[in-house]
Amino acid sequence: MGGVVVRQYDIPANDFTVAGEASSNVRKILSQLGVSPDIVKRTSIAMYEAEINAVIHGNGGQALVEIDTDKIYIRISDQGPGIADLELAMQEGYSTAPDSIREMGFGAGMGLSNIKKHADQLKIDTEIDKGTTVNITVFFKPQTGV
Amino acid sequence: MKVLELSQKLGYKILTEDPAPLEKEVTGVYTCDLLSHAMAKINQGDVWITVHTNLNVIAVASLTDCACVIIPEEIEVEEQTLIRAKEKGVAILSSSISAAKLCYEITDSIRELQ
Repeated sequence: MGGVVVRQYDIPANDFTVAGEASSNVRKILSQLGVSPDIVKRTSIAMYEAEINAVIHGNGGQALVEIDTDKIYIRISDQGPGIADLELAMQEGYSTAPDSIREMGFGAGMGLSNIKKHADQLKIDTEIDKGTTVNITVFFKPQTGV
Repeated sequence: MKVLELSQKLGYKILTEDPAPLEKEVTGVYTCDLLSHAMAKINQGDVWITVHTNLNVIAVASLTDCACVIIPEEIEVEEQTLIRAKEKGVAILSSSISAAKLCYEITDSIRELQ
């Protein structure tokens, strides 16, 4: 696998007809590049959760994906309301999703913790009324000290 | 056992027309309606049983590469979900019985072959 593959996607707000398309596309690229199924699954789950969060909470946003020879970096950014208490939001079971979202099977408060579980590195920058940026890195091989 | 064989053996209705996904091998069964939880736990080759019928089910089924989705208790599936399933190569089946009973009989069928 040579060179860095870069992709950018728009994530529309509250539109579940296209929610997950960016993650699905990245999953396809990784599979085509021969990345191991376990890494593809971890990456897909982490990215899909971040993408869905942007759809539900962030009024939509943008995804930047950089696939290098040894890792994939994903940045999902939105210009939404921001997260008031990030520590609380990271706790499994905490959610601010409305009933309409829960009825679809989301909103169980597992999104951020699921990203943390499946990513090797996770950095979240958030500011009230400015938006949230979720930075995810997954390495293709186990990292010492990560 | 392939999805098609499972559906024929246990009498599940196939809702998606595309024959290709029916050739996927069934190796397990999982049921959960919390999409985040299901996504993290479904293994490749699992039959996923869920009462949800919205578009997000197809995204989760596709991302996890499950064998197929089975909707229990004859819950009606939206047309747009079936269209998306075809686009993504996901087989959707339907049954009149509950998720719990589906788990029992699919698990039994897999064990019989072991």
